[in-house]
Amino acid sequence: MLVEFGSFSLALALAFSLLQAMLSATARVRRSTTLAAAGEGAAVAAFLGVAGAFAVLIHAFVVSDFSVANVAANSHTEKPLLYKVAGAWGSHEGSILLWCLALTGYGAAAALLSRSLPRGLRALMVATQGVLGAIFLAYTLFASNPLVRLVDPPVEGRSLNPLLQDPALAVHPPFLYAGYVGMSVVFSLAVAALIEGRVDAAWARWVRPWALAAWSLLTVGIMLGSFWAYYELGWGGWWFWDPVENASFMPWLVAAALLHSAIVTEKRGALAGWTVFLAIAAFAFSMLGAFLVRSGVLTSVHAFALDPQRGVLLLIILGVTAGAGFSLFAWRAPALSPGGVFAPVSRESALVLNNILLAAATASVLLGTLYPLIREALTGEAISVGPPYFNLTFTPLMAALVLLLPAGPLLAWKRGDAMGASQRLWVAAALAVAAGLGAYALVSPRKALAAAGVALAAWLIGGAIAEIFERIRAFRVPGAESWRRLARLPRGAWGMTLAHLGLGVFVLGAFVETGWKQEVAETLPLGGSVDVGGYHLALEGIASVEGANYDAERARIAVTRAGAAVCQAEPERRTYFAGGQTTSEVALCYRGANHLYVVLGERRDAAAGSVWLVRAYWNPFATLLFFGPLVMAAGGVVSLSDRRLRLGVAARRREANPQEQPA
Amino acid sequence: MSLLPKSPKARRRLMLLAAIAPVLALSVGLALWGLGDSVSFFYTPSQAEKAQPPAGRSIQLGGLVAHGSVVKHSDGAVEFTVQDKQAVDKVVFHGDLPDLFREGQGVVAVGAFRQDGVFEAKRVLAKHDERYMPREVAKALKEQGEWRGDGATPAYGAPAVKGGV
Repeated sequence: MLVEFGSFSLALALAFSLLQAMLSATARVRRSTTLAAAGEGAAVAAFLGVAGAFAVLIHAFVVSDFSVANVAANSHTEKPLLYKVAGAWGSHEGSILLWCLALTGYGAAAALLSRSLPRGLRALMVATQGVLGAIFLAYTLFASNPLVRLVDPPVEGRSLNPLLQDPALAVHPPFLYAGYVGMSVVFSLAVAALIEGRVDAAWARWVRPWALAAWSLLTVGIMLGSFWAYYELGWGGWWFWDPVENASFMPWLVAAALLHSAIVTEKRGALAGWTVFLAIAAFAFSMLGAFLVRSGVLTSVHAFALDPQRGVLLLIILGVTAGAGFSLFAWRAPALSPGGVFAPVSRESALVLNNILLAAATASVLLGTLYPLIREALTGEAISVGPPYFNLTFTPLMAALVLLLPAGPLLAWKRGDAMGASQRLWVAAALAVAAGLGAYALVSPRKALAAAGVALAAWLIGGAIAEIFERIRAFRVPGAESWRRLARLPRGAWGMTLAHLGLGVFVLGAFVETGWKQEVAETLPLGGSVDVGGYHLALEGIASVEGANYDAERARIAVTRAGAAVCQAEPERRTYFAGGQTTSEVALCYRGANHLYVVLGERRDAAAGSVWLVRAYWNPFATLLFFGPLVMAAGGVVSLSDRRLRLGVAARRREANPQEQPA
Repeated sequence: MSLLPKSPKARRRLMLLAAIAPVLALSVGLALWGLGDSVSFFYTPSQAEKAQPPAGRSIQLGGLVAHGSVVKHSDGAVEFTVQDKQAVDKVVFHGDLPDLFREGQGVVAVGAFRQDGVFEAKRVLAKHDERYMPREVAKALKEQGEWRGDGATPAYGAPAVKGGV
């Protein structure tokens, strides 16, 4: 009964989304505040409808109601509660429902939180959000309903794939989808602005908080996914340039470009057309991600089970939505005002260059991801594009971006002073060169590329600190004055500095981990040992362990360095009752920011006794790979909390106090 | 200054072009180089026989793991044969097989042929899903008319009656 209520609730949500679109659009045409308010009410009702259906689905998973097809296919009575709940979004149908929940949730939030927007723009935004909601809800309801009943319910479910039974992966999809779908508000704002024919500084200020929130959530989501792949797949790597990873990375790159170009539009009124274009592209790439992951057109190590028919439907949705957005852009963008002029050396130019590089990087990732499809369509040959392509194309573009990055925030708007900026950066430059040379000379084995990466990271971190020093006029005014300035720095400035610092931390981790990681794979009998990265690993024992829904072999590996005990690594190899699938539980020994990563492989029974395959990696600075993105996301959140970005506050303050100019 | 156009709008456009052109040239150049060099082809054993990829060239070899062919050595090496309808290839691999590696199932081995014609795999891919058949393998098998629907094993991949493991 409850399940039928959930389906009904979902259908209601679809009806409310349609109503939301029609009421709000009519409100714009008739200029009626009553209709607009009704449209906003419908947006909230649509969200409540989806939330009801979602709650029903989670309930069905928690009580193991195997009469629901999706529960039977993805759950099991013996599964721990956390994974029963997470199972609700572990499958195609459930994850699309989560997508709809986020979409209508953003729709409701956008309707409620945008009181300061001009009425027309607001009504059009709510209408567009309604159209998007209706499209995805219709898809969910008619092509991928997670609440469909089985005629003949099984006694036991087929269980969620064991690899997905992991805390990081339980929270990865909600973050990722909140990020993906957050771009829908940006998209709706862009469409509304194009219809209204007005893209100005105020519009850019409304776009920024949504883009920031979505980008920060997406950053955390991608980081969680990468961390999961790192310790759950047991391959020792954290990024494989797999199509599914690229699918989430492309909207992130576009959103990062959008954040920067929106600043130019907000502060200087320039780049309006480009900012709108990016706003549309960000959501288009999010949908492309959803399509690539679910359609199975690309071979990936972590896609959902393939379903070409639904893939075609999603492709149609992508084509129609993105096509409509871009067509509207092509039609209306020429009418947008061109905006202010600026000198070749200026903050604007630096941000334009940032956008060019980010766009080129996105394009090269897109090409690499889709090239197998293009090639197969043209010549019929099956190929795959691997990490070497991405290292060759993406890395140089990012290196150029990183080289230019510290200079940007030090240049003034309109006309910058290149000499002045370089004078302020010489300490950072010296630091970077010293760090690079030091890493090259002192760390063995010698790696030129990794050392160059260390220099780049030092340049970023030093540049971010130099920028803060510049803002507080450190060492040029009395210390007390500097402190006063530091305390009064706007949150937006802190946010930017944090995000750039986070990038520096990530770059450091990426180059050091890639350059100096060590790997060994050995078969060890009991009492056997192996060395990696200066550590001595001895296999002391193997124990049988019983988990909630699996049996496991757990190794006890004593790790020592120069005779002194360091830690006890206990990697497991699990065999799940349901499906008989085996997985490896990696053991991580944290040594500062470095990881000792130990995987227990298969048992091989030989005449002389059993041996176990043990793989161990020494991953220097690996913690930074995940800490850096967290710092970046924290930068986004801090920036989001800036008073000036809070909707309406800036406008109201200016009315109350016309002299005070926001810095 | 005299070479630059007078109107600020045209000048800005020129500036923008000057900034975009090198980035575009760089990225297009790198992309073409990368796609020419680091693309790896997918073959089934019979396709590989026809195409004769040079030894050492990185490719992907896909097919079904022949029943009874998997030999696990105690030094960590694994040998198995990958087959399609017409041909078989011997594969050697050092390391941990993926959790879903089974005889009779589809796999993709990434690596290169050695001079002696044995395929040395650097990585063996099977997937998260136990009903999984790699897309290229499925397609190649379909073209050979050996596809029995998702999850079904072609007749020649089934265990031999006497020599099964």
